[in-house]
Amino acid sequence: MSITMSPAHNIESAAVNERTVDAALRAEGISCWFGKRKVLEDVNLVMERNTVVALIGPSGCGKSTFLRTLNRMHELTPTAALAGAVYLNDVDIYGPELKASVTRQRIGMVFQKPNPFPAMSVRENVLSGLKLTGTKVGNSEELVQWALLKASLWEEVKNRLDAPGGSLSGGQQQRLCIARSLAVKPEVLLMDEPCSALDPTSTRRVEETISEIADDITVVIVTHNMQQAQRVSDTCAFFLAEENRPGHIVESGLTEQMFTNPADPRTNDYVNGRFG
Amino acid sequence: MTTAAAMASLVVMGLIAIFLFVKAWPAMHQAGWHFFTRFQWDPDGAPALYGVASAVYGTVVIAIIALVVALPISIGTALYINEYAPRRAQRILVSLVDLLAAIPSVVFGLWGRDVLNKPLSDISAFLYKYFRFVPIFHTKALFFGNSFFVCGIVLALMIVPIITAISRAVMAEVPRPYCEAALALGGTKAGMIKEVIFPFSKGGLVGAAMLGLGRALGETIAVALILSINGNIMTNILAPGGSAIAGLIAVKFGEASVNGRSALLGAGLVLFLLTLVVNLVARLVVTRSRPPKGATK
Repeated sequence: MSITMSPAHNIESAAVNERTVDAALRAEGISCWFGKRKVLEDVNLVMERNTVVALIGPSGCGKSTFLRTLNRMHELTPTAALAGAVYLNDVDIYGPELKASVTRQRIGMVFQKPNPFPAMSVRENVLSGLKLTGTKVGNSEELVQWALLKASLWEEVKNRLDAPGGSLSGGQQQRLCIARSLAVKPEVLLMDEPCSALDPTSTRRVEETISEIADDITVVIVTHNMQQAQRVSDTCAFFLAEENRPGHIVESGLTEQMFTNPADPRTNDYVNGRFG
Repeated sequence: MTTAAAMASLVVMGLIAIFLFVKAWPAMHQAGWHFFTRFQWDPDGAPALYGVASAVYGTVVIAIIALVVALPISIGTALYINEYAPRRAQRILVSLVDLLAAIPSVVFGLWGRDVLNKPLSDISAFLYKYFRFVPIFHTKALFFGNSFFVCGIVLALMIVPIITAISRAVMAEVPRPYCEAALALGGTKAGMIKEVIFPFSKGGLVGAAMLGLGRALGETIAVALILSINGNIMTNILAPGGSAIAGLIAVKFGEASVNGRSALLGAGLVLFLLTLVVNLVARLVVTRSRPPKGATK
């Protein structure tokens, strides 16, 4: 990592880091509302290219909401509102240059619950993104194999590519969802607690997958699991919602630093399991 | 209590079927199988001719026209309300569609006859002029209107509310995670509708269409007001004439003789069985079409 950060790297120093960090994704002044309720306040975060960024924090602190603002899924919720900007390679994804569908093609998402299309086969699931975006591909078999290999699922399903996606186990389904997202070749992959519905073995497989894909994709992952954040992420952002204050980033920086020598006592308490 | 209520409706259905059968028996017995195969309807002639074939044919043709016209309108409306309309407009649109269902069918019939018949005749002339190579638009008649086509269009408007309401409910049932998955892959709304919503709600949509069909089959007064019943079986849908069971009964019953009434009740029995089967199949399809197994809610 070519990142230079002070131990107390936080939102104030984000502007300094912009010059030294190759930002794939940059959120500036993000505030979110559901109806009149404000759930996020002035969140700034730089997500460096080809790294894994973990968003941590107790339930209800707005990490998932923040994640959904990064590829315009937030706006699909009725009554949702948003302020601020998100830059993908310095282009505002909420600006006129990018359509929502194109943005989501470039910034993929894996959800908490595995949701492969149940009526489609494994192969069709992997190719579903291409069908949805009307993308033609020369050799679809090759792409299916590539995406499934990337998602470490190929060995388990290579002989049943025509089986329905819904017939796989939970962990396999989640990796199928990852393969499906990878098949449209996104630059960023957002993961909203991808392992919370999985058993430890499946979790391990998904984590391996994350480490592997981070070679050429930027991964932003929301997780409740401190060990997982430590295992998979390069940098971390700690979200917190306090009484009378909507969710915000308390501290962000290198994962190692955040877990061993956090600048804020609240971070220290949280990563050591004293609340949340 | 509820069992009793359910039984009551079964009993009423059974009684109606028995009533129709008993009353229709004399005519049906006399005509034999010809009752179902003969075209001519002249119960007071010598010899008396009872044939419901042309009425059954007309009924089905009109209902199919209605369905073909109503289905795209209904599904389009349902999709617009579910997926595109602003939240505040949704409720207004739903009640507007429901309001359409509240219009009495006699009003639809009168409006169809006095207002819609003329422009639809012009459209018929256009269809005849340019598409007469299609058998259903080919006719030797000199006039258009008061036809299967006009009836079908008016009936289409009458069945739009029920098809819209059911297909809206069915399509709203599609689990959101799958819709979100489609959008998160970069799909447009249209893509999501095509790849996720339609495959998921296919069965329910078929059921909605069949319930609409059931209603169109049984519609009486609008047909009686619009169609100039002459008992012909016609392949074309633009010229005046044809027949339809419910319309036939409404028009002929008042002036019918004892024989005639018996025959008309026989026609009613045929209609009763026809709509019963269509509705039963529709209900079955709707209830069978739950999301596939393994689907997360």
